[in-house]
Parts: sequence; C-alpha cells; structure tokens
Amino acid sequence: MSVWIAIAVTAVGCYLVKYLGLAAPAGVLERPLVKRLAALLPVALLAALTAQQTFSDGSHLMLDAKAAGVAAATVALVLRAPFLLVVGVAVAVTAGVRALGG
Amino acid sequence: MPEQTEIRTTERAAPPPPAPPATSDAAVIRDALGVGVAVGLSGFAFGVTSAGVGLSLLQTCALSLLVFTGASQFALVGALAAGGNPLTAAAGAFFLGARNAFYGLRLSAVLGYRSTVKPFAAHWVIDETSAVTLAQPDRRTARLGFTVTGLTLYVLWNLTTLVGALGAEALGDTEAWGLDAAGPAVFLALLAPMLKDTVERVAAGLAVVLVMVTLPLLPTGVPVLISALAAPAVLVVQGRRERAKEAGTAQEPGAVPAGPAAPPARPDGAPDSRTATKEDRA
Repeated sequence: MSVWIAIAVTAVGCYLVKYLGLAAPAGVLERPLVKRLAALLPVALLAALTAQQTFSDGSHLMLDAKAAGVAAATVALVLRAPFLLVVGVAVAVTAGVRALGG
Repeated sequence: MPEQTEIRTTERAAPPPPAPPATSDAAVIRDALGVGVAVGLSGFAFGVTSAGVGLSLLQTCALSLLVFTGASQFALVGALAAGGNPLTAAAGAFFLGARNAFYGLRLSAVLGYRSTVKPFAAHWVIDETSAVTLAQPDRRTARLGFTVTGLTLYVLWNLTTLVGALGAEALGDTEAWGLDAAGPAVFLALLAPMLKDTVERVAAGLAVVLVMVTLPLLPTGVPVLISALAAPAVLVVQGRRERAKEAGTAQEPGAVPAGPAAPPARPDGAPDSRTATKEDRA
C-alpha cells in the first residue's frame, strides 16, 4: 500500500510541475533573467544527474564499471556518434568490464 | 495527439541564429526517432530494475505510464528499495522531476500550444522531448519534433518497461548486462550539445562538484537540487561581468566598476579559461 502512495504522490507531483512550466504566463518568459535561468538549469541538472548516476548508487560515492562505460560514451560523443550508439557503447563497455571482473 | 495545423510566422524575441540550414521534416523525424528509440530501450532497464527491487508488474507499469520521467522513476524505486518512507521517496523523485518545469517554460514559447492542448502536451515534457524540440529552427519543426519524440518515447518506454519487468527474472543480474550505465549515458548525450559556451560548461562543472560533495551527506534527490544552484550562481557572475562591460561603454552610470571580474569557480576541464579570454576580447 505504501508503494502505491509513493507512486500516486510522485505521479501527481511530476505531472503538476510539467504542466506548471508549460502553462506559466507568457510574461514570466519575457524577463531575460528567467529565460537564461531556464536555459541554464537543465545544463546543471543533467550534469549532476550524469555524475550522480555514474559515480554513486544514489546515496554513496563509488567507482565501478559504469565509469568505464560512461567514459566510452564520452568518447563516442566526441566522435559525434548517434544517440543510440552512445548509449549502446556505455552499456556494452560496462557489461564487458564487469565480465572481466572490473 | 496535441498537434495543431495552425502555423504562425515566427516572432521570437531573440534574433534568429545566422541562417541555419533548413531542416527537412525527414531529418526532424529521424532525430526524434533516434532519441525515442534509444531512450525507449532504456525503459527496459527501468522495468528490470523496478521488478528486481520488488515492485509488482502493475506498480512498475503504473510508474512508466503516469510518472513518465525516467530519472524520477529510477529515484523512486531506488529509494523504496533502500527502505525509504514512501513520502520521502516520492519527495526525492519529485525534486528530480522539478526540472521539467523549466523545460516547460522554454517549450511553452517555442511550441505555442493553445491552453486546451497544454494539459495533454505537459505529460511529455521531459529531458528528451525538450532536447529535440529546442534544437529545431522554427515552430513547425519544433512541434513535429516534440510530437514524434513524445509519442515514440511514450509508447516504447511503456512497452519496454513491461517487457523488462516480465523479463527481470529470466535475465538474472541486470548489472551484469551493464544496463545501469544506460541512464547516465542518456543524460550525458542530452547534455553534450548544450555545452556550447563557457557559461554552460562552468555551470555543468560546478553542478558536478556540488552533487559529488553533497551526495554522501544529504537524502536521496536533494543533492541534485542543490546542484541546480550552479545555474543562478553562474548567471550572477556573468551578470556582473556584463554590467562591467556596459559600464566600459558608458551606458549605465550605476554599474559595477569594470575590472578583472573574478573568474568563476571552475573545478575541472582545461578549455574554459581560454574560451573566456577569447570572449572577453570579442
């Protein structure tokens, strides 16, 4: 039951923030500072999410095969590989390093 | 399907970028499908993870259908697996999802949907749809990109969640398959094209430092929110620099006196300072 409560609260909350952003009055967007903040926040959040999911299990820092996978994905990005290949490389290299006992 | 036929001539506030090559519909659809398919496949990783930590098939599928923002879903099942209180777990997931409000702010102007369409379009406002949509040169292709990415992703994410949840037992140890690397790789691939200028790179670097430092200290989900402070922090520094420049051209009497603005905290990455110097000369 408590799992369903968590799911319901998350679903409602996540939907509302999505809608809030999309439905905000146009005047809010006219302020240059808000525009620039809205553009820069995803950059900060995506960078933090990448680092968090690469180097932690959510609450503890750790270094494992995922780091090798994400490093390989970085190389693929620098080489301008398409999206699917970037993700595929990360998964394959992580699995490979784990198979080798990394 | 929240698609409208009405096409308005673009009336963007910002000056248009220097004549981007006309994007064909086929190219937009190809990009959208590429993102949709890749991320849709990572729904498999979510299904496996969620079922693996003990959520039922129905609960796992409900998350993908109703929450539909991957990082929050992963955060929620992670927190529940760690034995977190349901409301704390939901708070972490909610904080991660809060970034979608800021995507929505930008998409709102680009897509220009009517208020009757927005409640439906809102469910698809996530990292991937935003990345594809904001990369488009005009409103028509933006709407096309948003719709194709959203639809592809929604259908595939939910199908693969189902398959992943069903296949969790058959697969055994999902980490052995490297599927836990799909999430960060997706985020990185979304982030990469955004790192165009010094400001973006500094904000990203600062965010990484903030999340790494606070991660062992604060509850799940909070470190990512703290890292978001990197954005306003960098803007404050940039704003001071710009005011200093304006003061140099005598447009703003009350501006901060010009001078070597303190270089923003740059944790790592070599090219930033050189880029900054170039910009300052420009």
